[in-house]
Amino acid sequence: MNPLLSVKDLKVHFLTAGRTVRALDGVSFEIEEGKTFGLVGETGCGKSVTALSVLRLIPFPPGKIMGGEIHFRGRNLLALSEDEIRSIRGREISMIFQEPMTSLNPVFRIGEQMSEVIRLHQGLAHSQAWAKAEEMLERVQIPDARRLAKQFPHQLSGGMRQRVMIAMELSCHPYLLIADEPTTALDVTIQAQILRLIKEMKKELHTSILLITHDLGVIAEMCDRVGVMYAGSIVEEAGVEEIFETPQHPYTQGLWGAIPRIDEEKEALSVIPGMVPDLSNPPAGCRFHPRCAHRFEPCDQSAPSLFSVGPGHRVACFLYGARRGHD
Amino acid sequence: MTEALLQVQGLKKHFPVTRGWREEKVLVRAVDGVDFSIRRGETLGLVGESGCGKTTVGRLILRLIDPTEGEVLFEGRNLASLEKKEIHPLRRFFQIIFQDPFASLNPRMTVSEIVGRPMEIHGLSERSRREEKVAGLLQSVGLMREHLGRYPHEFSGGQRQRIGIARALATQPSLIVADEPTSALDVSVQAQILNLLKKLQRDLGLTYLFISHNIGVVRHISDRVAVMYLGKIVEMGEKKILFRSPAHPYTKALLAAVPSLDPKRKRGEVILEGDVPSPIKPPPACRFHTRCSDALPKCREEEPLFHQIEDGRWISCHLYP
Repeated sequence: MNPLLSVKDLKVHFLTAGRTVRALDGVSFEIEEGKTFGLVGETGCGKSVTALSVLRLIPFPPGKIMGGEIHFRGRNLLALSEDEIRSIRGREISMIFQEPMTSLNPVFRIGEQMSEVIRLHQGLAHSQAWAKAEEMLERVQIPDARRLAKQFPHQLSGGMRQRVMIAMELSCHPYLLIADEPTTALDVTIQAQILRLIKEMKKELHTSILLITHDLGVIAEMCDRVGVMYAGSIVEEAGVEEIFETPQHPYTQGLWGAIPRIDEEKEALSVIPGMVPDLSNPPAGCRFHPRCAHRFEPCDQSAPSLFSVGPGHRVACFLYGARRGHD
Repeated sequence: MTEALLQVQGLKKHFPVTRGWREEKVLVRAVDGVDFSIRRGETLGLVGESGCGKTTVGRLILRLIDPTEGEVLFEGRNLASLEKKEIHPLRRFFQIIFQDPFASLNPRMTVSEIVGRPMEIHGLSERSRREEKVAGLLQSVGLMREHLGRYPHEFSGGQRQRIGIARALATQPSLIVADEPTSALDVSVQAQILNLLKKLQRDLGLTYLFISHNIGVVRHISDRVAVMYLGKIVEMGEKKILFRSPAHPYTKALLAAVPSLDPKRKRGEVILEGDVPSPIKPPPACRFHTRCSDALPKCREEEPLFHQIEDGRWISCHLYP
């Protein structure tokens, strides 16, 4: 079976004040139909840039997709015209963002905003679209959906706004939902509600999900496969159980050890020394090598490609494969 | 049991606000009767969701805002009733670390000025020796002497938080209120700051009130934990016991809502429905009864008292008479 989405060797640069920030340095991954793929990493690792690239929403200037391919249902999204990609956005691939307040227009009623999307993509008349909007609000378990459709975004709580966003994005039955930190702005009990809702909707509509988050707990709960990003590339990719049980890349191991857990006691947290590199002047070779406790001679010479360490488990680290980087 | 450094009794803060086009005057009951104490050298974690009043509690203790009611006994003196003038000389003994390391450092001051200022204000060191002391403080928080003349924008978020910690330590305080000190940081940097706070506590015998919404972080750093909901503490106890066997239905739901790092473990189905009610008009009697799956008829009629159910374990819930 062909994957629904396949990203190959994606490179994105940002050109600012005479500097080139190499935000993505050859990112590749695939999402199978009906599955959830998680991208996890710290601030600036490129996970949101990856998401925006899939929808070709990288602002130019300063951003530019320098190379790679993004195949979605048999088409290379990077080769489409502006009109063609616009017909895919919202209808076939839709996106929910971190801050639901800024993604909703404050001066339009909820029902108005939702029915606009439905009219545009499904060609329904105004009254039909409004009815469909109310139906979608009910499906995301909003009590008294008819009343809520007449309200403005500021009258809603954060959790309700995110429910509205989910209802809006799923109203056109997209094949792929991109969720960029969908629960980061929410309290933990509300987060639990929203995660449960996303899971239910995924099952019901058979939507695939690209989930972007810095929260490893959310990854563990939601995803089938996981890619760990560091400084613009995926350093490790595996099935969710595998990557939590046996993380292999030194960065993944460091990140896992740095988290204070609620089900376990430890005296000191493990620490990754140093800081994330400046991507306008990244370290030569493996971008993690200056902070890595296991580095040896090939690491500053060339960038490791992804080596297979088990079924469906790949790691970009010379500890797991011969040196055959592309210098 | 060691003595209490800080004792808080019946603490309340009601903020007056005007609402709507009729400019109706109402009260936000941000903190509505809170009791706890902190022993010398321990860390009390204060955990709860947005709007539960945890930050307000931190500010009331430091008398950054004036309480509506209640007592804050710091080494036996009631900070809540002292005049502003009388508090000033005591301030060196209790300091604060803020959440946002970008907003809490003056961009026009050098690190040396930022960290040296509290010493200057409290007359703790002569000018000639101040720089030396600041350099020593920087070292103790993992920064270097070279950083003395630099400005906040030259540092990363984690380094700025270290500057904030050095500033809090400058007056040799006994109590530090840390208000979400790692919420703006990435997990790997958060780990560095948490380890630093633990080390400083061991070395200097500090007492912390650690305020956070992150339950994993609170569990890691605290000796005891207090859980807040809508302006009140619903449960308080030794960390180990509270996490092993949470008693209050809200504590149970809160802990169950945190995603587990084990993908094989399925979430227990205690998901709280609905949103937190407004602190302008909190539900009568027990404030949690509107969302509580175990609510008894009594919970709608009578407010539960905050009482001790076993040694060191406090709760306000009718299920535990």
